[in-house]
Order: sequence, then structure tokens, then C-alpha cells
Amino acid sequence: MVKPVIFTDKLTRRFGDFIAVDELSFSVDKGEIFGFLGANGAGKTTAIRMLTGLLTPSTGAASVAGFDLYTESEKVKRNIGYMSQRFSLYDDLTVKENIRFFAGIYGLTDTAIREKSAKLLETLDLQHAANTLLRSLPLGWKQKLAFSVAILHEPKIVFLDEPTGGVDPITRRRFWDMIYEASEKGVTVFVTTHYMDEAEYCDRISIMVDGRVAALDTPEALKRQHGVESMNEVFINLARHDKTF
Amino acid sequence: MSIAKRAVQLSALSKRFGAVEALQEMTLSVDEGELFGFIGADGAGKTTLLRILATLLLPGGGKAEVSGLDVVDSYRNIRRRIGYMPGRFSLYQDLTVEENLRFFATIFGTTISENYELIRDIYIQLEPFKNRRAGKLSGGMKQKLALCCALVHRPELLLLDEPTTGVDAISRAEFWQMLGRLKEQGITTLVSTPYMDEAALCDRIAFMQEGRLLAVETPSAITTLFRRPLFAIRARQTWQLITWLRSTTEAHSVYAFGRAVHYTAKCPGQTPDELLEALQRQGFTEVEVMRITPGIEDTFMALMESKTGEPDG
Repeated sequence: MVKPVIFTDKLTRRFGDFIAVDELSFSVDKGEIFGFLGANGAGKTTAIRMLTGLLTPSTGAASVAGFDLYTESEKVKRNIGYMSQRFSLYDDLTVKENIRFFAGIYGLTDTAIREKSAKLLETLDLQHAANTLLRSLPLGWKQKLAFSVAILHEPKIVFLDEPTGGVDPITRRRFWDMIYEASEKGVTVFVTTHYMDEAEYCDRISIMVDGRVAALDTPEALKRQHGVESMNEVFINLARHDKTF
Repeated sequence: MSIAKRAVQLSALSKRFGAVEALQEMTLSVDEGELFGFIGADGAGKTTLLRILATLLLPGGGKAEVSGLDVVDSYRNIRRRIGYMPGRFSLYQDLTVEENLRFFATIFGTTISENYELIRDIYIQLEPFKNRRAGKLSGGMKQKLALCCALVHRPELLLLDEPTTGVDAISRAEFWQMLGRLKEQGITTLVSTPYMDEAALCDRIAFMQEGRLLAVETPSAITTLFRRPLFAIRARQTWQLITWLRSTTEAHSVYAFGRAVHYTAKCPGQTPDELLEALQRQGFTEVEVMRITPGIEDTFMALMESKTGEPDG
């Protein structure tokens, strides 16, 4: 039996009296593209901080990439990839330096770093820009590079927190090509987005409302259950009632 | 002298930052009372344009006017007439909701009550939290407060720089309802957004890419710029479908749209039945092929392609 890459059972996080994440229970399998949706303030960020080993849960059980969130959070951090729109790479380092820096952090050997850097630059067709400062790279390239760097150490799972914010529709779709490719190779992808059409690209979707999972299924099944044509309508149906300011 | 006053008039407006041409000879006019959208990705020049109109940045070349006033010569006058909401949250985090609003009212020599009609709908939602510090508000609330502060002096022209970026689908829908109500009050609004679905809610839209205008039209007319027959194709195996379609010599463009794939052929003669047959021969199951009317996003991508000469994703 294959163990799920993410497993949570009644995972909960409180801040004082406030329950940010309330008994989250789900599992994500190898190679799955899992969309993690919710309104602002629904508890997504807190959940992701727990799943990436940055925040200790209050109660409940959870493992990520085979490691326990309470006792092995350092191993969790080493065995996952992470990319967000706000933080990914360093603008003041060159493309090559960024690759070397992050590969080093994840403990790759010098030989491995050299080989992987060369291969990555070739795959992304970025050899000409190897010594360019990141800040002068177009946003679409930055995002592609950030994603590639996030999975350079071959993690079982990569967390993508609103990875496609601000880019044009063609670049956004190219980014999703990379997500599909990674998933085909067996990398599990855990992704948040405000673009509801992107939700349709996921294998399964969970929608958080007020700290709880209000829905979890394939996009097709969710649309069928709600009798609607798009994920946008599903989202609005579920999240609107509990809208808190 | 023209009698009909334009809210905004750009004539060959340009702006350069070092080697980057942020705006390239942009010519455009917006009528009074219009809800006008600038649609484009980061780096398209949307922020630069709005900052020039807000008199916060000097034009590099060409001319820009607000209500017939030049943005350089009459900047003081313009500042009284506009409300500007920058992309980054720029209210005072340490002041409460009410203090922020009172501060902006005072600066413009007015009071909250004087123009309360205009902001009432929005402010009602904020009122339960009026003693909360702005820094402690949720994303959707911050956005509403910023809009109130930009409106408190009843501007003629509202400039909103990506007000809905990073905001969830529900707050986005609410925000656009508010813009609709402001339009009824006669306020001209220029709003920038990376979200294609918001384009449909504007009176007119400008597609922007790398400092240039790709097209300026009403949302319904802009899709007529899409020339090729467009097909929506579905199959059980979406990713394999995309990969295979791209590998064919007939394909001109292949883009994922939710679970469907939007496809155009190089040669317009290809029929849905031919496509269906070809796909079934390849072993795809549950195949559907439908001729569809292009949407705003299809059109934007098609116009991008024709500029960059890259036909395919």
C-alpha cells in the first residue's frame, strides 16, 4: 500500500480563543495536483504553515512526505518544495547564484549542484541569462525558475502559494504546463490560487470556509453537486454564506 | 476648442525607466462617466500610466490631461479632482479605520459627513470595525477602506491600481458591484486588473502589453478581433490532449480553459468532425468538439500572439 504524501486527521490550530484551522482531515496521494482554495481569512495560510513545518499544530495528527509534523518538522522542511508569489528567489543574485544558493540550502553536493544547474538552465533555455541579476528577468521567467528551483532537490511534494499572480494568461498557462509535467513525474503538487479557472486544472479541490473544509472532491463532482457550470460558482456558493469581515 | 469634456486624454504618452520603455506612445481618451479598464499583466505599464495621471510621476514624452488639465502644468488642481488607490496598501496601519478616513477628509478640506452619501454603502460594512487599526484588517476590508479614503472628497475621477489583486473571488465580486454604483453617481473610473473576467464588467477596456495598447474596445466588441474559428475540445485525458494537439502540424494555438482545451487550426478548413475522428483514432475517450464564440481571454491571448510572433503555448 502506498502511503499518502499528505495525511491529516483532525488537524487543528488555535490562536488564543480563535480557531484558525478546525479539524482538518484529508489526504493527498503521490503525483496528485491538489487545489487548496478558500476566501481570504478562511485559514489557508495557517494550514499551509503547519503542513510546511513552520507552525506547530495545536491538536490532531498529520504527516507530510512521510514525516510527523510534531516530531519531525525539520525533516518535513527538507523534504518539501515551496514557492510563493511573495517570496521565491533573490532579486539581487544572478540566476545561477539563486540556483546554487537554494540547492545548497537543500543540502545538494557541489557536483550535484553543478550538474543540476547546467541541466536546469538548458531546460528553461536560460543559458544566456545565467549571469543576469534576477531582478532584470521578466516575471514569467522568474516564476518558471522559482518553480524549477523549488523542485530541484526532488521533493515528494511542492507547495505553491498563489504562484501565478500578476502574469499574463499565456504565461499562466505555461506555468501550468510545468505543474502537469512535475505531476506526471510523480511530484505531488499542493496549490492555492484565486483564479477559479485554475481550480479546474486540479485533480481534486478542497475549499476552506471559516477554518473547516467545506468541500473536497474532483472539480467535476463539485460542479455536479452544486448543479453549476464553473468552479467560480461552486466557490461563491460555499464561501458566501460564511463571509466574515 | 472641443466642448465635450474628456475625463482623460493621452496623446503619444511615453515613459522610460533606463532601458525599459514602460509606456510607448500611448494615445487614448476616456469620456466622463465611463468605467474604463486597463487589462494586462505585471510590467504592461498599468501602474506607470495611473501614476502619471495621479500626477505622481512625470511623463517622459507626449501629453496627458485630466479634465482638460495638463498633468504637469496643473498638477495641484488635478490632485483635488482625483481619488487614487495605489496597488500597495498605503493607508496608515497605526490609525484606526475612522481615523484614516477622517485624516483623508481633512487633507482635502472636507468632512466624512459632507460626502457620506457616496461612501455610505461601503462604509456601513466597515463601521462595526471603525475603532480597529487599519493594519489589523483583513484583505477585503483594507481594500474597502482604501476605496472610502479615495472617495471621501468626492473626486471627479477615480484611479484604482489593481484593487482586486490577491483578493478572493467573493470580495472581488462585491468590489465590482461598488464600482457599478459609483458609476451611477457619475464618477469616472479608471481601473487596472490582471483578471480577464473583470474586463467584462467595464464600459470599455484597453488590453495592454509591454507599454503598448493591443486594443481598445467595449467588452462585447473586442472579441470580434478574434479572427480564427475556435473550438472547445474535451477528452477524459486533458493533459495528454493538450500535448498531442500541440504536436500536430495543423495546430495554431492550444490553450487550457478549465477542463476544456481551446484550439485553433492554422488552416481554417478543419471541421469539428475531422478533429473528433482524429482524436478518437489517437485513442482519446469521451471526446467532444464544439465550435465556440471566443471570449475576452481568448482574444487577449490571440492579440498577444500576433505581437510576439509566438503562436503557441
